[in-house]
Amino acid sequence: MSCKVLIYCLFIAVSSDAFGQGQSIKIGELNSYKVFPAFLEPYRKGWQLALEEINRSGGVLGRQVEVVSRDDGGTPGDAVRVAEELISREKADVLMGTFASNVGLAVANLANQRKILFLAAEPLTDKIVWENGNRYTFRLRPSTYMQVAMLVPEAARLNKKRWAIVIPNYEYGQSAAASFRKLLTWAQPGVEFVAEQAPPLGRIDAGAVVQALLEARPEAIFSALFAVDLQKFVREGSTRGLFKSAAVVNLLGGEPEYLDPLKDETPEGWWVTGYPWREINTPEHRKFRDAYQKRWNDYPRLGSVVGYCALYAVANGIRKAGSLEADKLIAALEGLQMETPFGGILWRPLDHQSTMGAYVGQLAKQGGQGVMINWHYADGAKHQPSDQEVRALRKE
Amino acid sequence: MSGSAVLLQFLNGLAGASSLFLVAAGLSLIFGVSRIVNFAHGSLYMLGMYLAVSLSGTLGFWLSVPLAAALVAAAGLVIETTLLRRIYKAPELLQLLATFALVLIIRDAALWAWGPEDRLGPRAPGLAGAVAIAGRQFPQYDLLLICLGPAVFIALYLLLSRTRWGTRVRAASQDREMAAALGVNERRLFTAVFALGALLAGFGGASAIPREPASLQIDLAVMSDAFVVVVVGGLGSIPGAFLAALLIGEVKAFCIGLGYSELTLAIEFIVMAVVLVFRPWGLLGRPLAETRGPGTLQPPLPAPSFLLLGGLAVLLAIVPVFAGPYTIVLLTDILVFALFAASLHLLMGPGGMPSFGHAAYFGLGAYTAGLLLLRAHLPMELSLALAPLAAALGALVFGWFCVQLSGVYLAMLTLAFAQIAWSVAFQWDRLTGGSNGLIGVWPAPWLSSKQAYYYLTLVLCLGAVALLWRLIDSPFGYALRAGRDSPLRAAAIGIDVRAQQWAAFGIAGLFAGVAGALYAFSKGSISPETLSVPRSVDGLVMVLLGGVQTLSGPLWGAALFTWLEDSLSRGVEYWRAAIGAVILVLVIAFPRGIFK
Repeated sequence: MSCKVLIYCLFIAVSSDAFGQGQSIKIGELNSYKVFPAFLEPYRKGWQLALEEINRSGGVLGRQVEVVSRDDGGTPGDAVRVAEELISREKADVLMGTFASNVGLAVANLANQRKILFLAAEPLTDKIVWENGNRYTFRLRPSTYMQVAMLVPEAARLNKKRWAIVIPNYEYGQSAAASFRKLLTWAQPGVEFVAEQAPPLGRIDAGAVVQALLEARPEAIFSALFAVDLQKFVREGSTRGLFKSAAVVNLLGGEPEYLDPLKDETPEGWWVTGYPWREINTPEHRKFRDAYQKRWNDYPRLGSVVGYCALYAVANGIRKAGSLEADKLIAALEGLQMETPFGGILWRPLDHQSTMGAYVGQLAKQGGQGVMINWHYADGAKHQPSDQEVRALRKE
Repeated sequence: MSGSAVLLQFLNGLAGASSLFLVAAGLSLIFGVSRIVNFAHGSLYMLGMYLAVSLSGTLGFWLSVPLAAALVAAAGLVIETTLLRRIYKAPELLQLLATFALVLIIRDAALWAWGPEDRLGPRAPGLAGAVAIAGRQFPQYDLLLICLGPAVFIALYLLLSRTRWGTRVRAASQDREMAAALGVNERRLFTAVFALGALLAGFGGASAIPREPASLQIDLAVMSDAFVVVVVGGLGSIPGAFLAALLIGEVKAFCIGLGYSELTLAIEFIVMAVVLVFRPWGLLGRPLAETRGPGTLQPPLPAPSFLLLGGLAVLLAIVPVFAGPYTIVLLTDILVFALFAASLHLLMGPGGMPSFGHAAYFGLGAYTAGLLLLRAHLPMELSLALAPLAAALGALVFGWFCVQLSGVYLAMLTLAFAQIAWSVAFQWDRLTGGSNGLIGVWPAPWLSSKQAYYYLTLVLCLGAVALLWRLIDSPFGYALRAGRDSPLRAAAIGIDVRAQQWAAFGIAGLFAGVAGALYAFSKGSISPETLSVPRSVDGLVMVLLGGVQTLSGPLWGAALFTWLEDSLSRGVEYWRAAIGAVILVLVIAFPRGIFK
């Protein structure tokens, strides 16, 4: 008994809250580093670079910025606890991060309850700014809807009548498919959807899925697959000749995280959203790329840009607010304009979504590597539903 | 579907079945002889994939496959001789804890060695293209795979039925002690069988790389597939595993071919549930021989110490006076998991029924609480009170089927039901919010401060634990334990063993539901992870860590595990591996649980 009590007291001693608070501004960062390392290692390097730049140039409001970074364990329940720790023990002034949509939504919900600003960096779900949007939550990356809207003009230009859909079976895939059906039907009346396949995320049985798609004889395919699923789909599809007869439009397919592993199997001619880091030669991007390569001796992925911009967004917001109070921060971030490696973006007051865009282009092979060609930057501001629709969804 | 479409999907199913069989055969073999539920089997498969992908860069694909398999076999040899050999005599299921620790360690080791990016392997040289079958293109490599499964099956069959070594293995699977008494060197046999199983896992992984990229998530996915195949086939039965792999491979392929791809989320678990309901020992399995030895002797539990519980309650009640707000948040989580573990312990300890799907009831409680609050607009207090009833009801429905079985079959049926419940929550977007779950499940205003909610949790959790302990010490508890220790004698003195077990399911479900509902309101949102396999596994780990044969062990196990996760994930880069290492040390040092 006494031994148990001793051990118990040990728990408390170790876990009890730290005292004192420095003069630095604390940003609580949490992400699923061990669950999605391929995307989040570059993300971490991105915000670390931004942090060093910010502090080198004198910090924010005359104070140094400190990022307290945590692994959120990859589940909403753990993430909420980690966020609580950042809020109550670390006394973080702002929360930032998360990757998976369910984790992002759970933390956004907590931020609303605890009245702390939360900048959701990665989650793609439309709901985080619409149905489940709240005052305290802002989101950086272009949402599923926005990225679909960016691809639809290219899909319509293909002028194919029979479309098949293949998506990972969870909210991201389902809402991508729903938006694509709606927007393409609107852009190209009379289009037909002949098959839909929704394999479990990360567990696609690619041979059977490709075979089933072939049987439906589509002229074009809309895919929202990524990571392992995309690699398996590409290999089976090219072996079985699916892509000879059907054009493909693939959400996220040009992001280096998902494109690079394909190497010499990169399917040519696919329309994708992504990040052609080699070829973007605007001054702002060149500056970022050079700094990143110098700091990390590695090329930037999309995650790097997201991490970099997320931290700058927080810093710029605090600068504009001149304060760390949540209400003032919200007021400052709403309508904030800032420079990013992708050009200028605006934080929409309407739904707290940034207008960061994505690059739309076609896949090609160069020297055994996948690259994007014929690309252009699709501005996030131009790929949004009407303000009324957004207001109706936000129920405000 | 046209005739040729059917043929092609049939071939796809065969290729899938072959790769399923390769993983499952090794697992079945290991279980048959050593009774180890090897959670790390998928990790060995993953290791085979990564090794083959990196070796094929220099050696070429065809050489890399056998070499990778041999290396994985060597890893298996090391694992068996340095770790598992030490704990064969420990209580049943403890090996499961050790292999779970290996899963954590191997995954982080792979991350360290090969980096975070998925690695797409090469195509098989010479078999990179496709052949025309019925006017359609079919990959040449898949044809080889279709032959590989049966070839391995025949080789294993001959090895087991025609060689002296095989005879020993079969003897040991049927009766370990008798085989030992007749002079079979058990230690060497166990080592060899584990290495052979690892070889098969490694071979399965290596031969899959032309179809599947090596990734860090593959381990648990493969592990659950392999478990399903082994159990559907009948534990320890190689022909059974072959038949089950065929069945599941084909069912999957035709689900996709017929346009029901959403079903593949849980189809193997649906198949497993159906098979187990009608054939309690799988397709070709036989009732397991009783294992004897220290691991199976269950000393009577000590009388519950309500003094301990009372002391704990007082101590915990004064914590908020001097501890900071985060300590309270963490303690709330610990209390919830302690109740979750205690409810699982009722089944596993006194009930003798290992449940691999206990998260189902936790999740049912959480979801019901959320749905009543958000959809039915009931007050929070009422939602919290009604939610456990739904969990108990679910447990009674699932439990009715489960108590017809025993041992690992029972455990796997609980897992199947949990997975089915999970896939319903995941899929039923309109009701449950699908993969995102329910958002905005907050407690009533008077409970919204962390302190108030902590006290609510404290009262409910410790009260529930006290009730559980009292139940275990009541005539019901004794009858339950009698049924576990000697079903025949218990029946002879008039105890309806199954009825006791069924009731235990309902009670355990009720209390897991209390924990789940408390969890939901403490987090403000719920998503399908509350009823997922990892949540169930966490529960198992907590109970086993603390000690199945103790009363208070699961509470300490829950506290230790939650605290470890919380503190290690903050400061340690490879924190999963660190947790694994701590568990391994504890398993070897305290094979009966830390608080025994």
